[in-house]
Parts: sequence; C-alpha cells; structure tokens
Amino acid sequence: MPLSGIQIYKLLPKTNCKDCGLPTCLAFAMKLAAKQIELAACPHVKADAKAQLADAAEPPVRLITLKTGGAGAREVKSGNETVLFRHEKSFINKPGMFLRVRDDDPIASIQAKVAAAEAYTVRYVGIDLTLDGFAVQATAPFDPARFANVVSAVRASSKRPLILIARDVAVMTAGLRAIDGESPLIHGADASNWEAMAGLAKQHHAPLVACADSLDGLADLTGKLKAKGIDDLVLDPVSRQLGAALTRQTQIRRLALKKDFRPLGYPIIAFPGDATDPTQEAVQAAQAITKYAGFIVLERFAPEMIYPLLVLRENIYTDPQKPIQVLPGLYEINNPKPTDPVLVTTNFSITYFSVANEVEGAGLPAWLLIVDAEGMSVLTGWAAGKFDAERIAKAVKESGIANKVTKHRLVVPGHVAVLSGELEEELPTWEIRVGPREAVDLPAFMKQAL
Amino acid sequence: MPPQVEIPKDSWSGSVTTVTLGATAAEGGTRSHTVTVGGHKSLPFMHFEQKMSHRPVVALEIKDHRPEDWSPLLLELWGQAANDPASWAKAAEQAGAELLVLSLSQTGSDGNPTTPETAVAAVQSVLKASGLPLLVFAPGQAELDNTLLVPVAEATRGERLVLGICEDKNYRTIVATAMANDHLISTRTPMDVNLAKQLNILVRDMGIPTDRILMDPTTGALGYGIEYGYSVMERLRLAALQGDGNTQSPMIVTPGAEAWKAKEAKIGHDVPASWGDWKERAINWETLTAVALIESGADIVVLRHPESLRRVRAAIDELMI
Repeated sequence: MPLSGIQIYKLLPKTNCKDCGLPTCLAFAMKLAAKQIELAACPHVKADAKAQLADAAEPPVRLITLKTGGAGAREVKSGNETVLFRHEKSFINKPGMFLRVRDDDPIASIQAKVAAAEAYTVRYVGIDLTLDGFAVQATAPFDPARFANVVSAVRASSKRPLILIARDVAVMTAGLRAIDGESPLIHGADASNWEAMAGLAKQHHAPLVACADSLDGLADLTGKLKAKGIDDLVLDPVSRQLGAALTRQTQIRRLALKKDFRPLGYPIIAFPGDATDPTQEAVQAAQAITKYAGFIVLERFAPEMIYPLLVLRENIYTDPQKPIQVLPGLYEINNPKPTDPVLVTTNFSITYFSVANEVEGAGLPAWLLIVDAEGMSVLTGWAAGKFDAERIAKAVKESGIANKVTKHRLVVPGHVAVLSGELEEELPTWEIRVGPREAVDLPAFMKQAL
Repeated sequence: MPPQVEIPKDSWSGSVTTVTLGATAAEGGTRSHTVTVGGHKSLPFMHFEQKMSHRPVVALEIKDHRPEDWSPLLLELWGQAANDPASWAKAAEQAGAELLVLSLSQTGSDGNPTTPETAVAAVQSVLKASGLPLLVFAPGQAELDNTLLVPVAEATRGERLVLGICEDKNYRTIVATAMANDHLISTRTPMDVNLAKQLNILVRDMGIPTDRILMDPTTGALGYGIEYGYSVMERLRLAALQGDGNTQSPMIVTPGAEAWKAKEAKIGHDVPASWGDWKERAINWETLTAVALIESGADIVVLRHPESLRRVRAAIDELMI
C-alpha cells in the first residue's frame, strides 16, 4: 500500500536539513508521496526506514532503461509516467521506437534494412528525429544458430539498443550469447517458459517482457518473475487489435496510477507491425504513442510512415505547460539586404520553423521578426490578445529593424489581416502588407507580390 | 490461482448530448437516412464501462467549385468530379462518406464574391445528388457568411442541415435562421476550453435546443499544433462527463483541411528525401491526425481523401468491437 505524506514524514530524520533541495522534511514527504521526487534525494534516511519507504518511493510505472556502449551508443528510457492525460502534467519518457527484422529473411536484406534505418534522420522544428533501435524476431522453425547470426549481423550494423524476440529458450540463449555483455530487452516470458527466461534475464542483467493475453495472466506472471528477483519488467498484453489494445493499455495505466497496482506498474510494449492490414500499421502505432505504450515495434521501414509517427511522438510528449518557443527578435534568413522584405510572425516554435523553413528553402532573403506572443501560434495568439498591433509595433521598435532596411514594408500573416488598420496607426512610417495565411504559400507570395 | 485483477471503472454523472443530422421524407426532409452522434456516458471506446452509444462518423469535404488552392494530389484524385458540387457529392458518397460537408468558397470560379443564389444552387444540387445528411460551411467571413447561410437555410427548410460556422462574431444570425428553418448549427472556437464554453453559453441563450448543436473546438494538424487540439478535446470531453452542460455537444473537427494545409501533405516537390513517398505521407498525415482526435473525443471528423477515409473507418470499426 502506498504511504501518505504524513506516514512518510514519520520515517524521515525530521532535521529539515534541506540537503534534498526542499525547505522541510514534510515538504519532501509530500513530494515523495506524490511520486515527484526520488527517495535517493534524501542522504540521511536510515536503512530500516528506507525499506519501509521503498514501496512509496517506487514510481507507479517503473523506469526501464535500455542502453548500449561505445561509439554510436544510445539510451532509451521508458516508464516513470504519472498521468493518464497529458494536460494533467505531461507525459515524460517518449516511447522507444524499434524496427523489427526477422531471422528468416536473407542476411543481405536484413543488413540493408538496418543500414537504411540507422542512417535515417529527419528534421522537425530544428530537432533531428531518429528511430531508437532494432528488434530481432526468431521465426519458426526455430534455429538458435540462425538467430544468433542475425543478432550479430544487426549489432555489426548498429550500436543502438536491441530487443530480442523469441519464446524458445535455446534460441534466446543463443541470441544473448551473440551479444554477450549487453543487456537487451528480452521478449519474452510467458506462462510456460518464465522460469528459464527469468534465469536468462538475471544472467544478462536484462529487462524482461512478460506476455499474457489477460490482465490476470500478466499480473500472475509479473508476480512470479518478481519473486525470482526480476525487477525490470515490461508488459506485452498481446492485444494486436486496435480496440482491445486501447482497452487493455488504458486499464493497465489506470491500475498503475490510480490503484498503485504494482504487478502492472511497468511500461507496455506494442507491436503495430503485427497489424493484419499493412496500412493500419501507422494507425496502430499512432494509438500506441497517444495511449500509453513505452516501446513500439514497427515492421516496415517507410520514411512516409516513420516521419509522421516521430512527429506525433514529439507533439504528444511536449510538456503542455511549456510550449516550445523560440527567442523573440530579428532573424536573418539567406543574408538579407536593406531592400529585402520584413516578415512578422509569433515565437511559437512550430510557427517560427514553418515560416523560416519555407523562406530559407525557397532561397529568398528576408528579415524575420519574431514577436513575443508567449509561445502561441498566430491565430491562438491573436485570439488571446498576445499577438496584436501593439505587440507587433513594440517588436518593430525594439528590434531596430527600421535602421536596417531602406524599405519600410511589413508583411503580417493572413490570419491577422484585421490588424492592418491598427498597425498603420501604430507604425505610421511603415507600409503594412497582408501575407498568406499559411507558411507554405509564402514563397509564391514573396515572388509575386513583393 | 492467478490473482483476480479488479478493473477500475470510471462512472460519470454527465453525458454527451445525442444529435441527429438530416431528416428523411417522413421527418420533413429529403435525406435517405439520418446520422446520429454523441450520447456517450464514458470516454471514447471504453466499452467495458459503457458500450459506446454512437460511433464516430467520417465526413468528406466537397466545394462549390473546383478549389485550385487544394493539393494537386486531391485535385488529381477527384478529377472531373470536383468540377461541380453535384458530381463531387456523388463521388464522395461512393467513396464511403457517411456525411457530406459542402464548404462554400469566398469567391466563385470567376473571381467575384459568392452570391446567395449560387450558394443556394450549390446546396440544392448536392441535396439532389446524394441522400447523405449535409453540413454547409460558409467561407468564414462573418458578413458574407450571414448573407449566404440565411437564404440557404430558408431554401432547405426542414432538412436538418448543419450550418457552420458559428463564431462569436456571427452566431446570432446563423442560430436564428437555424431555429426558424429546422436546421442544426456548428460552433467554432480557436483551441481553448473556456472560449468553447462561452460560445456554447451564448448560442444556448438564444434558445436553440442542445440537440441541434455541434461544436468544433478546432485542431492543428500533426506537426502543427495537434497536441493543443488533442488536449482541448480531452478536457472538453472530461468536463462533459463530469456534468458541465456547456461542454456536452458532440465534437466535430476538420483534420482533413488542417492536414492538407501542412506542407508535408500539400507539396511533393523540393522536400527532404527523409519525408518519403508523397502520396502515402499525405494520407498518413491526414489519417493520423484524424485517428488521434477520434481517440480524444471527436464525434465527426471531416476528411478530404477517400483512402484516409477508408483507413479511419477501418480504425473505428476495430475500436467499436
């Protein structure tokens, strides 16, 4: 049972030493009860109290980390989530996205797939997005040597974290031996093989996936594995159908967060690549991102699917309290001259990058004036009174742009055409022009109208 | 014996209003059937708590004349059908649309402002061509919208069309004509829970029954602020279930229009190779935007591409099991 803040407080040193960074032991106790701080932050807690507090200190969804070493190494963290809805606080650790290869495919095509995915990177709002790792699946008829061979081949092409998928113990043993010294995610333990898989997980210090197609079965399995000393677990609720997956993943997250139900307090792994209709792989993966998966295993390496999924993951895991912003001010695009146009927009990062990328990509020189709209987009900022004539005029004056350009002509976004009149009053020496509503139409507008 | 896991079930005091679009001949209209949305007593697809009453439905958007600013992918796909609203309506129905959204342009193909006469003619030709319930969205310029929607509402009395878009500037005229002519309305506010509630209060103050109100909380496309629309819709739906009467209208959103504005869907040339195949990327952009919003509470999603419609409907089929 979770302890209340007061119960925790009674177990603390009560010295108010502030070493944890909080003003009092009571404040620390409250944070610990709310699972917003780690017990380790208190250096003075006694060993016997520590044992009692261990339970309260555990996050409701256990943090699982997959890590590799050496050049090109990566780390994937999953778990530690505290909310059901992102607006309540924020989702924390983005689900790891893995690409699956199968050991019955020709080695050359496996290597080609891994190489393409390894090299893949796509830029979104100034961030380079990539996949996180690879999953190697053993296929029937099972062959330990073949599996080991494919695991080695994947490891030779990529240093990113791996998931090994085989229920056959001999096959898994061979796969783990092929990358001895590493701790990949082992998929997985089920009702029949769990003792042997627990042995392998222990031997390799590797996290283990528990697979069962009911919550009762899952809870039973994680209980047994935990009793064997396996703490790092991941759940596979084996629901490959969209509705069943949504139901189970919601139930698991609710049980972990609302009931503090420890047997299901682990990240979930999802397999959109198992969709029977290949066009539904993207849909299943999207649901996995929004609805609580911690690891996502994809089948196809298709940039036209990977890119939107990586973007969705960025969007959903954005902290709602902190909209991604860029610094307000004057940005120079393609070395503008004093005769080049001045474009104005807000400091919401998606807005900024949409505009900057269009203009930059079209090779057109321009001065981009970013107004402090408190991180809101054009329409939202306008509706909230954060992107109005006054703020725009203020930005124009503070930026000193008037001294940098000879042509005092300001292009405002089409969505705020209504501001032109007021702007003409605020900036009497400037010509106010109404640009297109969407950034994508800017290059054409600049070529034709400016 | 495995432990018996006790599944936590939410129970809610509030529910989403049930709204029926369209009217058949027996009901005073000419639609071949009606479409009902809303009625939910739990979060989307949580059938283990309460079987979801009415499934989310997928509408296709058509225009009163060929929209030259649409993505070439869409124009090529609809081909000749997009040249007039009647043939477009037929093609959209054939493609599997459950509802039609006719969005009126600000100007006609000749460049002059759309007139009430052409708007009425377009609406009537669509009603004649397809038996699906219809939503008519004006261009979004308060004054022009009023001059177009009032004659449309009068000419189609009793059809239970959805008239849009009611914003804080122009809701009075649209609500009044909807009430006078037996139609429904759709409100729109820019991605904000409180603005949505305020507008709902204003339109209800005029006396329009709640079973004639849809609300569009607005969304951004994937990559362009979808997380705002997504969270606003989750919050509105939670508020509705908690019993806040100003958030209980079924929600309609336009992921099609939003996604196809995004460069990722609209444009095929001069884009990074890491974006992949254009057509498939565009369909993914629209589909993923729509699916995410359906799971956050959308009752009607308005799309533009039939393949996205097929994929979204397939997803809803699976979610309804």
